[in-house]
Amino acid sequence: MKVVLHRRYHFSASHRLHQLGWTDEENFRVYGKCANPHGHGHNYILDVALTGPVDPATGMVTNLADLDAFVERQALAEFDHVYLNEQVPAFRSLVPTTENMCRVLFERLRAYPHARLETIGIQETAANSFEYTGGTQENE
Amino acid sequence: MVYLTRKVEFSASHLYHNPAFSPEENRRIFGKCNNPHGHGHNYILEVTVAGEPDPRTGMVLDLKELKDILQREILDRMDHRFLNVEVPELAGRIPTTETIAMTIWQLLEPRIHQGRLHRVRLYETPDLFVDCFGNGQ
Repeated sequence: MKVVLHRRYHFSASHRLHQLGWTDEENFRVYGKCANPHGHGHNYILDVALTGPVDPATGMVTNLADLDAFVERQALAEFDHVYLNEQVPAFRSLVPTTENMCRVLFERLRAYPHARLETIGIQETAANSFEYTGGTQENE
Repeated sequence: MVYLTRKVEFSASHLYHNPAFSPEENRRIFGKCNNPHGHGHNYILEVTVAGEPDPRTGMVLDLKELKDILQREILDRMDHRFLNVEVPELAGRIPTTETIAMTIWQLLEPRIHQGRLHRVRLYETPDLFVDCFGNGQ
C-alpha cells in the first residue's frame, strides 16, 4: 500500500506578472491586470505531499513537527507577507506565476530528509490551483 | 475508466502514545497529541472507486451499496468512538491519520465487488490529510 501525507500551509504575498525583456504593451497583452506595475496579492495555500514507509513505532510517514519546521525555514519564512518579485531572489529574473512558484518550492522542499517529496500544490485563489510533481514532461 | 468518490464524516477521539517509549520520548515525539486524556477531530473520509460504468445502469457501482458499506465498516466502528480503545483494528497501534487511513483501506477493499477501490483520502483537519493507494498505483 502506498501512503501519501498531505500538509497544507498558508501564506499571503504580492506579485506582478511581468517579463523584463518585454514592452509594457506586451506584458499587458499577455498577463492582463496581473501586469499592474504596483502589484497585487493573494492568500496562497501550499500543499506539500510526501510519501514513504509508515514507521510502526510512531504510525507516521514523518513527524509533522519536523516537517512544519522545515517548511517554515525553507518556504514560509521567505514567502509570507512579502512582494515576491523584489524580496525572493529566485523571482528577480523569473516571473512569479503560480507555475514557477510550484517549481521553485519543489526544488527547495525536495531536500526534506525524512520522506520523499511527491507533489507541490499551490492554490492561488479558490478558482486556480496548480500541482508540480518534479521533472519535465520528457522524463515523467 | 471512471472514478467515483463518496464522502462521509465521522467524529472520534484519540491519543498518540507508544508504551515502548519513555514518558519524555512520548512527549517529545508526539507533542500535544500525547495528552493522556485524548482529544478529537471531525474526520472527513473520501472513498474513490474506479471502474467502467455498467451499460445497463450507467453506474460504476450502486451508491446505496457503497453508502451501506461505509456505514457498516467505518461509521459504525469509528464514529463517536475513542479510537485507541474502542476500535479493535487499531488496538496496540498509534492511531495517526496514516494508520487510520490504512485501516480503512483494509476494511473497505475486500467489501467492494463492483469496480475496485482506488483511493482512500482521510482528512484529520483541512490542513492535514492522507491518501492510500493499492499496490501498483
